[in-house]
Amino acid sequence: MSRREGRLKARFENLAAEGRAGLVTFITAGDPNRDISSAIIKDLPDAGADIIELGMPFTDPMADGPAIQASSLRALEAGQNMNVTLEMVRSFRENDDDTPIVLMGYYNPIYIYGVDRFTEDAANAGVDGLIIVDVPPEEDAELRDPANKAGIDFVRLTTPTSDEKRLPALMGGASGFIYYVSIAGITGTKSAATTSVADAVARIRKFSDLPIAVGFGIKTPEQAAEIARVADAAVVGSAIVQVIADNAEKLGDSQDSPDLLDSVLGFVSELAQGVRTARS
Amino acid sequence: MTTSSDKKPNSFKALPDKDGHFGIYGGRYVAETLMPLILSVEKAYDEARADPAFQAELDEYLKHYIGRPSPLYHAKRLSEHLRGAKIYFKRDELNHTGAHKINNTMGQILLARRMGKERIIAETGAGQHGVATATVCALFGMQCVVYMGETDIARQAPNVFRMKLLGAEVVPVTSGSGTLKDAMNEALRDWVSNVDDTYYIIGTVAGPHPYPAMVRNFQKIIGEEVRQQMMDAEGRLPDSLVACIGGGSNAIGLFYDFLDDEDVTIYAIEAAGKGIDTGEHAASLSAGGPGVLHGNRTYLLQDEDGQITEAHSISAGLDYPGIGSEHSWLHDSGRVNYVPITDDEALEAFQLCTRLEGIIPALEPSHALAHVSKIAPTLPNDHLLVMNMCGRGDKDVFTVAEALGVSL
Ligand SMILES: Cc1ncc(COP(=O)(O)O)c(C=O)c1O
Repeated sequence: MSRREGRLKARFENLAAEGRAGLVTFITAGDPNRDISSAIIKDLPDAGADIIELGMPFTDPMADGPAIQASSLRALEAGQNMNVTLEMVRSFRENDDDTPIVLMGYYNPIYIYGVDRFTEDAANAGVDGLIIVDVPPEEDAELRDPANKAGIDFVRLTTPTSDEKRLPALMGGASGFIYYVSIAGITGTKSAATTSVADAVARIRKFSDLPIAVGFGIKTPEQAAEIARVADAAVVGSAIVQVIADNAEKLGDSQDSPDLLDSVLGFVSELAQGVRTARS
Repeated sequence: MTTSSDKKPNSFKALPDKDGHFGIYGGRYVAETLMPLILSVEKAYDEARADPAFQAELDEYLKHYIGRPSPLYHAKRLSEHLRGAKIYFKRDELNHTGAHKINNTMGQILLARRMGKERIIAETGAGQHGVATATVCALFGMQCVVYMGETDIARQAPNVFRMKLLGAEVVPVTSGSGTLKDAMNEALRDWVSNVDDTYYIIGTVAGPHPYPAMVRNFQKIIGEEVRQQMMDAEGRLPDSLVACIGGGSNAIGLFYDFLDDEDVTIYAIEAAGKGIDTGEHAASLSAGGPGVLHGNRTYLLQDEDGQITEAHSISAGLDYPGIGSEHSWLHDSGRVNYVPITDDEALEAFQLCTRLEGIIPALEPSHALAHVSKIAPTLPNDHLLVMNMCGRGDKDVFTVAEALGVSL
């Protein structure tokens, strides 16, 4: 029902036709709890998110900084697991058949769920792509092949350390888009200089026709706009997650939080504004 | 599905394959940012191994700085007390810095120097690896940052101070349970952020390829010496080997040279904490299952959603929810017997050894000792048993005092 190939492709084609870059927003599924997280996801497209990246929480997020580490723990403490994450995608798809959803995370929860069962269930729930941080090209066949077979794009990461020798092999198995991690570091810490990002994007373009999204270290609408001038999409994660964290502290026992929703969606609108006006 | 671990291999010493796999275990499950760096470590290590000058330099330090070979000592009073096997201790606790860890840090620091790295990072649990790393950094005048969980900082205070005296910066890690797993996460985060100038000295046979194989190769000198020493002392090979296992470096160090000697029975002792049934333990092989963490596929303590669960052991050096990938393979292949020992059993063995032999063992090898006290009485007098006394217990006296209800 919600299984449909090519949402990512269609979205990037539309963005290209509009002559603008996209905004990719990351939040951790189930942060601070399932209900609020579902409500955020539901409204992200209206706030201006072009693609939704949904983190699958993991106890040991090796490549993440404090903000996303804390968000994973909040989600896990609230009972998040893979079934619930896929269930959230399924309910999102009941109202939105266009906005691509990319699941991001670490391999172990998928491995334990069962790779084949996971790729099938994720495709059926309406997942379009996967970004798995700790599965580099050297190891990814065991996950990439089943994902592709199920119709899910396997997004490969490139970094400032992926040199020209590595890039062709990296591009080889990529689909959906290329994710350029703009700093050598963990999420939510340093920010890259725009010129270095522009150079990297140009280098990647030599080896791939896929759209290029740039993430890590983009915290403000201004930074998002700068990236939107040189790449096909800007990814913002820790900064959004931090808004959730700031409001979750005030949450207490209440399950329902208009303030949290307003703050998160308000911030996403500002980011979207930045991205949308970047090239005009 | 057939994996290489289903068939009986011709040799137990042929792995890993070129991509770092031991059957289905091992591999390189790291972020792309680290991949080029890990490949360059592998290349530099392969070149160093092939270079006689590298080995010669390492041998010099092993002999004159670390004090190798370490003795093989016949523990007469313990053997008599247990009335059975003839028990030998491989005295790696006599190494400079008091544990086997320095065999590995010395090898890796020489490699880091060859690679032109200036800054060294390490994770540590008991602090032995941290001390061994801080020591070689002092020796070569290199910057040293050690990540250590705050729980471990509290229970291994003497080692924390030693590291600081040696000039290392000890960074407390507060995430998770504040133990070795969390320290390793933080060290990996540091490495991702400082790829250009930093070399990560991993302290055990875990992590991404080439670490499990490289650390094993730096530690296998333990077993090679035992073979020679046993031939000299008894004119034949030992009948059984016993070592404790956290990540598994002292254990594989003792075992590796004997893996293809089928008549040698091998026991690796996991920390069963308060008991496997209580859930508070660190026995990943006895009570965990295969998963992917810290760069390799291996047995892990985890829940049904693939979330890593917290380990528990009185011994900080064994308090880790994973195990080296080669051990996972040796476990599945049946070559090595993995046996759990509880905190209480280890404490009892600690006291027994101290009183009978005048050797205060670290809490880690006290687990191996506890297994020795169980099996020795069942074995004949001519059974030659070698236990790896891989660390001395000075660092543990506060923990032991507390466990025995003594306030210092
Ligand atoms: C004395 C001693 N033995 C054993 C260990 C466990 O490590 P491994 O299993 O790698 O030998 C440690 C770790 O800190 C240690 O200090």
